[in-house]
Amino acid sequence: MAAPEYSTLVALVQDHPGVLTKAAMLFRRRGYNIASLNVGHSEVPGISRMTIVVEGRGPHIKQCEKQLYKLVEVLKVLDLTDVPRVDKEVALMRVSARSEKRAEVVGIARAFDAEIVDVARDSVIVEITASPYTIDRFLEVAGDFGVLELTRTGVVSMTRGGNGKT
Amino acid sequence: MSDKKQRSGGQIICDAMLSEGTGAIFGMPGGASLPFYDALYQNPQIKHYSMRHEQGAGYAADGYARAMNRVGVCTATSGPGATNLVTSMASAMMDSVPVVFITGQVATDSIGSDAFQETDITGVSIPVTKQNYLVKDVNELPQIVAEAFYLARSGRPGPVHIDVPKDVLLATTDIETPTDVKIPGYRPAGTGHKGMIRRAAEAINKSEKPVILAGHGIAISEAFEELRELAEKAKIPVITTLHGVGNFPETHELSFGMLGMHGMYYANLAVHNCDLIIALGMRFDDRVTGRIKDFAPNASIVHIDIDPAEIEKVVPTAVPIVGDVKATLEVLNPLVEAAEHGPWLEQLRALKSDHPSHEIRESKILLPQRVIRSIYDATNGDAKVIADVGQNQMWASQHFFYDKPLSFFSAGGLGGMGYSLPAAIGVQIAKPDDTVWSVTGDGGLQINIQELAMLAEYNLPVKIAVINNGHLGMIRQWQNRFYDGHLMGAKMHNPDFAVVAEAFGVRGISADSEESANKAIADAMNHDGPVLIDFVVSPDEDVFPMVEPGASLAETVEG
Repeated sequence: MAAPEYSTLVALVQDHPGVLTKAAMLFRRRGYNIASLNVGHSEVPGISRMTIVVEGRGPHIKQCEKQLYKLVEVLKVLDLTDVPRVDKEVALMRVSARSEKRAEVVGIARAFDAEIVDVARDSVIVEITASPYTIDRFLEVAGDFGVLELTRTGVVSMTRGGNGKT
Repeated sequence: MSDKKQRSGGQIICDAMLSEGTGAIFGMPGGASLPFYDALYQNPQIKHYSMRHEQGAGYAADGYARAMNRVGVCTATSGPGATNLVTSMASAMMDSVPVVFITGQVATDSIGSDAFQETDITGVSIPVTKQNYLVKDVNELPQIVAEAFYLARSGRPGPVHIDVPKDVLLATTDIETPTDVKIPGYRPAGTGHKGMIRRAAEAINKSEKPVILAGHGIAISEAFEELRELAEKAKIPVITTLHGVGNFPETHELSFGMLGMHGMYYANLAVHNCDLIIALGMRFDDRVTGRIKDFAPNASIVHIDIDPAEIEKVVPTAVPIVGDVKATLEVLNPLVEAAEHGPWLEQLRALKSDHPSHEIRESKILLPQRVIRSIYDATNGDAKVIADVGQNQMWASQHFFYDKPLSFFSAGGLGGMGYSLPAAIGVQIAKPDDTVWSVTGDGGLQINIQELAMLAEYNLPVKIAVINNGHLGMIRQWQNRFYDGHLMGAKMHNPDFAVVAEAFGVRGISADSEESANKAIADAMNHDGPVLIDFVVSPDEDVFPMVEPGASLAETVEG
């Protein structure tokens, strides 16, 4: 089985206009496929943190890291691919759940530590915060009932243990 | 009210140029940049050169920057002016040339409204600049101009673009321009890693068949003396890239010319057969390496470059050193032992005399190679040559022997035809006392032929050699060799270039034989002002040696 392999990069960047565009253009121009890209505040005001999941493994990922460093606003790039880490993603999904199926949907959500955050006559909204892998599994099961709408945030990552200098 | 001096946006830019020592600006005005032109009017210490096309302005600033080894500046207005600069931005990016591009922009309250002459030019310039800025507030401008000049010239140099809305050019601030710039995410390398330098010295001391590949980095860091010291101390043959031409005297006994697709046969074979490559400020471009899997199969590689992203981008490297070439060689050279490399040099000298790629055959028809050699002879090699792109560029690199640093310039990376004339204008302005030759083709000249007007207006004594073979010669060569002779778009229907030159106020001469060519060159040298010589050469001449696409350096074809 040839499941695609992924690498996880974290970039700390100055929160300037256009930085996200520059990073995204760099990936496009150098031919890297982004599986997910998440940007938000870091612990330091004025510095944003990007988590970028890229298809592939190997030397071209090192090259990608170096090219990111060439962006003037990029302060630090970390390759978390082969280090112990926590990967989390949030997904919201509207699952078809007529009254006769609702209890079953709720039961499965509970089994995945997911929450029902909205209930309507024919559907519920489920929120799940988990690793992308767990979300994929949940989606597979939820698919039996019918996933009417789905949004995923993309993964954010942090290394386990250590001194907070991921 | 502060008693500190109030300065307009336009004045802040002028002040930055003056403190950078850049006394020339190349450009064309337009509506959005008029406030900047008003600032230029009030700063006569800065000389403005009115180019006829913004691409010419970008290339002129590129030529000026290379000849001065300092930042060049050009300017255009918003919209069409700015988009016309893009090719020259891309060229400066590929060739690591420090140019600051200043564009006017529509007023901040019009941005995003599709206003007249509005283009999202910072959106366009992202991938073709080292850094770019859209200035939304005049209070940010002092910091931005300081960063822009610093980024352009430091580390691996490159183009920086500042897009300034009209109202920001007019607005004033009392904020001073910082003299010391710190950018948290930007730390250009200095001297390479000491341990790695020791390993490099060990590899060099052990090598029996070393070669130095000298690139553009030698010129940028002005490491000419250090390169020569290393080569002479350990008797290491020096081979250059296209941008390295002139960094090591080509008449030196250790010089073995340029390598690559149209490199010297002996240079290519030397690289193929060596056991160690000492790569100095170069990036293993595909035109340099040929088929990568068979590049220098027996060699290990010491690679010194200031850009970490160039290390191991193309070739596996035994000793990677991220550092400024000059600073690194200063540490490396004392660790290198004196050596003779007698058998290796003998082998290369034999190769050179058996395969003299630089020799020109006798011909009744005027050969383009002969034109280049005649210019070399007439100038005693004491000239700055600015090549265009294509066959003329290869012949100009092959058949003139460059002994002096910063004497050959070419748009090697982007390969934009039309570079030569405007870049030569920039070089002549930077070096008014030097002899400047623009070597171009009938195709390339016509891409920026409007800049002939500059030569007359400013009486710049640039000499233009048009290698006129009536074709886009390199296209013809490739269509003949690789597309079964299907010439499509290669033939040129040309004007009489000498007449065109005269119409622009530039002396025009035509030559179609070796004798008339020599006379034309002598006349041009004796004429104080600009001269264009239309050399009507053999229409069938191809550039050799050649490494065909997909071939290895070992398969260099001699013709």
